[in-house]
Amino acid sequence: MDILPDPTTLVNEDSADGSIYSNPDLFDMEMDRIFMHNWIWVAHRSDLPESGNYITTFIGQHPVIVSRDRKGEVHVMLNRCRHRGATVCEHKKGKAASFVCPYHGWAYGLDGALRGVPFQEGYTGQLDKSNYPLISLRVEEYNGLIFASFDHDIMSLDAWLGRTKPWIDLFMKQGAGWPIKTMGEHKFTFPGNWKIQLENTTDAYHFPIVHKSFLDSVDSETQNTFDFVEGNGYVEDLGHGHSVMVMIPDLVDLDENLEAPIPERFQELADELAKDYPDEQVRRIVRAVGGSGFNLNLFPNLACSMAFFRVLRPLAVMETEIRHVAIGMDGGPELANEMRLRLHEHFQGPMGFGTPDDSEAWDRVQRGSLAGRDISILLNRGLGHEAQREDGNLFSDVSAETGMRAAYRQWLVDMTGKTVRAENGE
Amino acid sequence: MSITLNEAIEMITLEADMLDHGDFKEWLSLYTPNGIYVVPIDPDTEEFEKTLNYAYDNAEMREKRVERLLSGRAISAAPPAKTVRLQARYRMLESNAESCTLRCAQMLTELRQGRERYYSANVTFRLVRTDGVLKIDRKIVRLLTSTEALTAVSYIL
Ligand code: FES
Ligand SMILES: [Fe+2]
Repeated sequence: MDILPDPTTLVNEDSADGSIYSNPDLFDMEMDRIFMHNWIWVAHRSDLPESGNYITTFIGQHPVIVSRDRKGEVHVMLNRCRHRGATVCEHKKGKAASFVCPYHGWAYGLDGALRGVPFQEGYTGQLDKSNYPLISLRVEEYNGLIFASFDHDIMSLDAWLGRTKPWIDLFMKQGAGWPIKTMGEHKFTFPGNWKIQLENTTDAYHFPIVHKSFLDSVDSETQNTFDFVEGNGYVEDLGHGHSVMVMIPDLVDLDENLEAPIPERFQELADELAKDYPDEQVRRIVRAVGGSGFNLNLFPNLACSMAFFRVLRPLAVMETEIRHVAIGMDGGPELANEMRLRLHEHFQGPMGFGTPDDSEAWDRVQRGSLAGRDISILLNRGLGHEAQREDGNLFSDVSAETGMRAAYRQWLVDMTGKTVRAENGE
Repeated sequence: MSITLNEAIEMITLEADMLDHGDFKEWLSLYTPNGIYVVPIDPDTEEFEKTLNYAYDNAEMREKRVERLLSGRAISAAPPAKTVRLQARYRMLESNAESCTLRCAQMLTELRQGRERYYSANVTFRLVRTDGVLKIDRKIVRLLTSTEALTAVSYIL
């Protein structure tokens, strides 16, 4: 007899049971209750700049196609032929007028409509093409971020993002007046559960410990900027499992403090830009190149993390894929975008000076947490001085585990099936 | 006289041996001052500075990478992974008295914390002769899996 694990026994307000990283039954429940019943980030607007553009990606474990049709509308469809189930597209991205299944040649439009079936007479009138489009998911977009959901009953994306929206807007100021575009990605896996990574983008506590070697490799001014654990940053619960961790308060609004001195590592770039741009714009671009001073965690799979998008995908209970998507200014100065790429390479990705050390720590959490039974993972840091803002948001100091607690609260809501539905007035 | 295949192979084999045996400080001296070590993602690009790479190291970044591997302060490299690499299928693409371009295959096995992992790559070297010695002016490591998900690589490919 199959007995499903009881999530309420595994997660408390200030701790979780170690088995949440390794229980395969729990993982199956998560893939259903979390990844099929929430808004999942699938693409950035700039991944599909024109009609006919598409990318293939995943929602949880489901392969999907994200396409922009002739009218410019975005569709997210299961990458599964309605005939006998083959994937209809295996390219990572491209431009197409239709998707033709390679097995028997069924052809689908950019909106998923079934257009053509070879030798259709063989169905002697028993195949009504209008009944067999690619399965479409719900799609909504906020400020360039495109999300999709299997669940047609959940609240609107707007309501789901709720109090995170002003933070998304702040994050997008990295365009320095230009739109944001994606500029490639680092993709890697680590042998561990997806929640270990989910926790990490709201974990400032580890930074000076795990990233010693990165800090060794930058100038002292940058070391000071990243010396934030005892600074006046904070972590704030934004509802629905989302949270923001402000590490460098001066870099929350990139349009402010433009008169501040330009950091030394950006001086050369500033001098170059000064040849083509007025002083104020140079300052704005340079500030944008350095990235935002916060990580915005959007439950369950996206973080707008300082200067890039962190996207996670659970592959198996103890295997997770992570993408660090570089972003830049669409139409902005090439030199500035190149500097962003170099900064990204310096820290991120499998050969960066930061990511491999993070990855090692997560790997160890996975292996270590298998030791023993009924031993909890602590989530109580910063709880003692956690307080409430006027708007109700819980917040604590920058190294608090407030963001993790927020994520696990939503995890529990989803896992116990008490997802707050649109009709409940949210 | 043009740089011969044998001279070029001798040079890059020395590099491979140094990397597998952790002689990172000595490794630095194998490059020209303007030399570039690059591990691209995009299999087709030649414009490395305009695209995102896994690594795009000038002399300064190479030095930092070596410090990182030797410092003991990076948990993913304390201790660093052990590696064994084999190079073969050499082909001289062009050669003259001062410089040459050599392409070869590289199969690398990594061992760290009981886990073996493998990376295959096409590697292109541009070697230049300065004061009678061959130096690496450009090394481009095109991983077979560059557009797939990798795992942490806390060593030098
Ligand atoms: S499975 Fe796609 S056409 Fe048959
Ligand atoms: Fe980290």
